[in-house]
Amino acid sequence: MAEEITLSVFRGDRSGGREQEYKIPAVPGMVVLDALHYIQAHQAPDLAVRWNCKAAHCGSCSAEINGSAKLLCKTRVDDYTDEVIHVRPMHTFPVIKDLVTDVSWNYEKLRQIPAFQPAIKAPFTLHQRDVDRIQEFRKCIECFLCQNICHVLRDHSAKDAYWGPRMMIRMAELQMHPLDTADRIDLLKGSAGIGYCNITKCCTVVCPQGINITDNGIIPLKERVADKYFDPLGGLVRKMHK
Amino acid sequence: MSENFERHAYDILIIGSGGAGLRAAVAAAEGGAKVAVLGKSLLGKAHTVMAEGGVAASLGNVDPADGWETHFYDTMRSGHFINNYKMVEVFAKEAPDRVLELEQWGAVFDRTPEGRIMQRPFGAHTFRRLAHVGDRTGMEIIRTMEQKILTVNVDVFQEITATKLFIDNGRVAGTVAYYREDGRFALFTAKAVVIATGGWGKAYKVTSNSWESTGDGAALAFRAGAELVDMEMVQFHPTGMVWPPGVRGLLVTEGVRGEGGLLRNSEGERFMEKYDPQRMELSSRDVVARSIYKEVQAGRGTPHGGAWLDITHKGPEYIKRKLPGMYQQFMALADVDITKTKFEVGPTIHYTMGGIKVDALTCATNVPGLFAAGECAGGLHGANRLGGNSLADILVFGKRAGDGALEFIQGHEGTPKVEEAEVQAEIERVLQPVGQESGENPYALHEQLQEIMANHAGISRNGPELEQGLQKMLELKERAKSMSAPGSRTFNPGWHSVHDVRNMITLCEAIIRGAIERKESRGAQWRLDHPDELEEYGKINFVHKMEDGEVKTYTSPVAEMTAELQELFQLGAAPGIAKSGKKE
Ligand SMILES: Cc1cc2nc3c(=O)[nH]c(=O)nc-3n(C[C@H](O)[C@H](O)[C@H](O)COP(=O)(O)OP(=O)(O)OC[C@H]3O[C@@H](n4cnc5c(N)ncnc54)[C@H](O)[C@@H]3O)c2cc1C
Ligand code: SF4
Ligand code: SF4
Ligand code: FES
Repeated sequence: MAEEITLSVFRGDRSGGREQEYKIPAVPGMVVLDALHYIQAHQAPDLAVRWNCKAAHCGSCSAEINGSAKLLCKTRVDDYTDEVIHVRPMHTFPVIKDLVTDVSWNYEKLRQIPAFQPAIKAPFTLHQRDVDRIQEFRKCIECFLCQNICHVLRDHSAKDAYWGPRMMIRMAELQMHPLDTADRIDLLKGSAGIGYCNITKCCTVVCPQGINITDNGIIPLKERVADKYFDPLGGLVRKMHK
Repeated sequence: MSENFERHAYDILIIGSGGAGLRAAVAAAEGGAKVAVLGKSLLGKAHTVMAEGGVAASLGNVDPADGWETHFYDTMRSGHFINNYKMVEVFAKEAPDRVLELEQWGAVFDRTPEGRIMQRPFGAHTFRRLAHVGDRTGMEIIRTMEQKILTVNVDVFQEITATKLFIDNGRVAGTVAYYREDGRFALFTAKAVVIATGGWGKAYKVTSNSWESTGDGAALAFRAGAELVDMEMVQFHPTGMVWPPGVRGLLVTEGVRGEGGLLRNSEGERFMEKYDPQRMELSSRDVVARSIYKEVQAGRGTPHGGAWLDITHKGPEYIKRKLPGMYQQFMALADVDITKTKFEVGPTIHYTMGGIKVDALTCATNVPGLFAAGECAGGLHGANRLGGNSLADILVFGKRAGDGALEFIQGHEGTPKVEEAEVQAEIERVLQPVGQESGENPYALHEQLQEIMANHAGISRNGPELEQGLQKMLELKERAKSMSAPGSRTFNPGWHSVHDVRNMITLCEAIIRGAIERKESRGAQWRLDHPDELEEYGKINFVHKMEDGEVKTYTSPVAEMTAELQELFQLGAAPGIAKSGKKE
């Protein structure tokens, strides 16, 4: 591993900016977030970056490293031998400063999803096999990397039309909870815009939690929408077996 | 020059959006109050998200003999009996309800074969007691609270830092805070304030804690007149990562030992046999951490100064299902496959047992209208916290603090006032370092603070070193008066650190002072010059007060347990064991 590594980090704010180079000493096992912290402590104290856990649990440190959407705390610098490491903020959300973006839109959408409405009072009798599926979705750390990469949001800025993969798996988790009674199918078809997803699976590829967003979440939801709107009888049967 | 600031008026203001703060907010809002919650991070990212192993509650789903008495017994014993027993009692009794309530709100715990909430064993818990979701229990709890909070009427302010509490006629009146995004200010006035800002593990370099854990709320409350208790009690978790250096301190959940992981020294010996032959790897944290430390000191450490932890005998499938986060963490960050090989672990700072002194039932501090809950409060855990008890703590006392604040505002007329001049003076103080090119670098001071704490108030302590540490801390306090933060107010981490460092210095002084006064070894406090646990110190807590800007240290008697509760310790075994007639 090189003794010294070079990072080129986006510096700027809402009014614009550009990448700036920093050279720092390499430490074994260093992740990109460590490198940025080194820069903060020794070269640029006002370099803005979000982080909390440094353990891929909190989903704060999302960014784009050499063009790929990643967590800064989970990306080793020695993955990039003999390369300059370019670090940029997520593209889909407006920059606040440097690597920090305004992700408030995601919280607005989360707020609009009808909450869990259980049929009965806890303690529940639920078997592991009944919850395996939704536990996968509940692994989500809300890093919004999938939102960042989904072309509907990224290239077409269609945030009004489609709520994005994170919201889809949140709804999948609720819809597939064996005890939930709320119905989100109309919402999915309507303002959440599930129809805009054309199953490119880019979201699944970037998910740091390895959630199979498309196959396990979005496609089954699309089927439920189709059942309800185009096959009323099938929809009814499915509902009874929920 | 006077600065414009936003004005917000609430019934109840909650500072901290971790598990404790959010639970308090739900309680207060359900009681009809107008509530706001502030957090330094985005919603759902607070330190609570990192908790892995589980939440302790005597549901008795896998060990029916468990009950609140045994949870009480385990917690008091681990705390070496300087806990506030009344807190422990309500805690042990209410934890099961708080966990079931999470299930009602959408949390999806791992299940038993019968379809109930699964519970795993953990260090020094007599029974299998920790409800969990793989190794991401904290995430499940914070996500559930995050989702619950959207269903009640609470205003959430994200990425905002409170810097001072205002007092009006002895009663808490509100706080001033700045938005991290652009450095604009807001005044929050309230009839009651709940502090739920978490611990101060960032005062140490080798730590499992996130940047948020700088003890802001405890320091703010302390400056506003609240008392701090048991500050000398700082928990070393026995198993942090030790290699590579970039991840040193990162937590290896106790769940690894809970699921059967074995500790060995460089000679292959299961050394816990020497230190706690009964409980072995699942002894209490203070004991396991010290044992590893002693092995390393004796020259039986691993290549990077730790112990080996080995779970390979459980097989890859089991490990990946039960400890997926750990498996990934080691693969990604250390190139180690824990399903195939043993790995190195060593003590890391993990939790601060001490904190704001509160009433056991209402979480009220000695300042009228000011409440505290969660890691920032002291008393529940005594000299050592049991794994899993913190997540239960934040739920039980989060709710109690919210209820306590409600009750307070119902019983007290009027709204306290904050003087305009006071707000302006605070804003001026907070802004002072911004854009200054010359002055102390907050990052450098933070590093020095961590060094002082590691060298002078670490896992093993002694009088002269503590005294020296205190002198160094006081010098640092002076230097910290002229910190600078080049750059603008827009999301400027250097500026943010200025406040963190100041708060940690205040609390570290209390930690060291408490450690000097407690001339014995008890739980997390290990004094090489006073190696024994002494009866007379079992009867007191050390309490700190800020008087004219100086930290003063007093003793306060430990309340004596009722006769009924004392009997629980006279059964010859843990209550659940004694009653069920099984052998311990
Ligand atoms: C890696 C790890 C694993 C753990 N595992 C377990 C476990 O398995 N079981 C268990 O019981 N415990 C565990 N713990 C401990 C437990 O997670 C914490 O003690 C607990 O979550 C603390 O919750 P809290 O609500 O008190 O504070 P926190 O979650 O720390 O929240 C504090 C909140 O206060 C806010 N805040 C702080 N300062 C300010 C300010 N100045 N202005 C505004 N807001 C502010 C923060 O932004 C944050 O929102 C673990 C801890 C760690 C680090
Ligand atoms: S699969 Fe759908 S949600 Fe995922 S990136 Fe493609 S279009 Fe977006
Ligand atoms: S689904 Fe995956 S990528 Fe999307 S927010 Fe959640 S963790 Fe991140
Ligand atoms: S810092 Fe938490 S995910 Fe990277």
